[in-house]
Amino acid sequence: MILRPASDRSLLVSFGDGISLEAHREVVRLTRRLEGVRGILNLHPAFASVLIDFDPRLRNRHEIEAEVRQSMDGAADGVAMERRTIEIPARFGGDFGPDLEDVARHTGFAPSEVIERFCAAEFEVYFVGFATCFPYLGGLPPELATPRLAAPRKQVPAGSIAIAGTQAGLYPVASPGGWRLIGRTPLRLFDPHGEPPPLLRMGDRVVFVPEERS
Amino acid sequence: MNRLRVLTPGLQTTVQDLGRFGWAHFGVSASGAADALALRAGNLLVGNAENAAALEMTLAGGAFEFEHAAVIALTGSDFGAGLPLWSAVEVGAGAIVRCGPTRSGARCYLAVRGGLAVPKTMGSASVHVTTGVGGRPLRSGDVLPIGDAALRKPRSEQIAPPQDAPGGVLRVTPAPQAEWFADELYSEAYRVAEESNRMGLRLRGAAIPSPAGHMLTEGVPLGAIQVPPDGQPIILFVEHQTTGGYPKPANVISADFWRLGQLRPRDQIRFELVTFDRAIDLLRDQEKWLYQLV
Repeated sequence: MILRPASDRSLLVSFGDGISLEAHREVVRLTRRLEGVRGILNLHPAFASVLIDFDPRLRNRHEIEAEVRQSMDGAADGVAMERRTIEIPARFGGDFGPDLEDVARHTGFAPSEVIERFCAAEFEVYFVGFATCFPYLGGLPPELATPRLAAPRKQVPAGSIAIAGTQAGLYPVASPGGWRLIGRTPLRLFDPHGEPPPLLRMGDRVVFVPEERS
Repeated sequence: MNRLRVLTPGLQTTVQDLGRFGWAHFGVSASGAADALALRAGNLLVGNAENAAALEMTLAGGAFEFEHAAVIALTGSDFGAGLPLWSAVEVGAGAIVRCGPTRSGARCYLAVRGGLAVPKTMGSASVHVTTGVGGRPLRSGDVLPIGDAALRKPRSEQIAPPQDAPGGVLRVTPAPQAEWFADELYSEAYRVAEESNRMGLRLRGAAIPSPAGHMLTEGVPLGAIQVPPDGQPIILFVEHQTTGGYPKPANVISADFWRLGQLRPRDQIRFELVTFDRAIDLLRDQEKWLYQLV
């Protein structure tokens, strides 16, 4: 665990520099334990780090560092993890997943086999971030890993299901994006009036369920 | 209950308080006033709590009609309203406060005694323009209720506005990837680009060479200076993304956040590196200045 200041009001705690389930578990543990701590304003979990925003008028950096070390002391138990499983209905290929053919070509599977393997996998929301509640999913079968597009699309439709390297994700709102689009869900992933707005949250288990085409 | 009617909204006028905290792990950044110091001062001048909801105007202000008499304060930049700035002012029933294009910086705040009594979303009245969380920019015909949540008497005298640093210098502290960069950030002046907004201030100037290291997406704080592959820095602002994968040489200090809110397109800036201790001392001085208003 490495601690370093990111600004005069934030501390970055890193658990290595790779994407792994182990690092993710540490990230979840620290995030859960720091919720509601006095003077901590915001927590930004990511793949292998947590950024902690604090109010520098209430707490100094050394106090926040002590809170972090204390939170991570001892065994990994003691934090009750509420884990939800969310089923995402999805349609694959064609207009819904214009890059499915490319993923098939890159991985050497038939498009139907890509869908089958994708839907057999259990994903986990590693964190929610970027611009608008974008869920980063771990658990993509390694044989389906496909690099990003060389040039990002100007507009990716909301609900798009996508692959970038070994990551998977869903676009909650229409936005530019360079991930490979393999399908789309009709579920509303982002609701500005929702509290919180995103459907998917850190630690959720996610499975994709193909919808029959009518 | 008193009400404020929007006759013309101006370029981009939104309701803001000090922001929506505790939701970054759901991908929602704090938002809040772009010049929080001006918002807090305006509220304290009219006798409100410092985080009461008020209007934030950008570059060109609107016209607002008060149904009944009210006590207001205009703070931040001079938008030509013909009223004293940085002062509590009484306006009569039916009075119209008419603001125009800015004569100084990017933002002007209109605080009303009692605060704007708009519904809160996730604990804050702040509009997050990019996502629509908390509402949208005001339109002609919108009517906002004025609350009765004042705490103290309005201040009777005008105050001197906070002092801007000469030459557009923004003070910064080192960010997590600081050692990946030489000191290019500090050798050249930058200009604020037209496409800057509440999400980020895009800068134009000498390109900073892309560092070689590979970084994993990580959480990003307010005021982070990111360097994307084109080498033109972006300062993450109040509606910033919660995580990002571009390396960051430096971060603007808390005491200079208000100045980010007053930067206009084409303004020139320079960066100056300070220590973390110095940054906290400067913030402490600023808080002292503000609390003379209580």
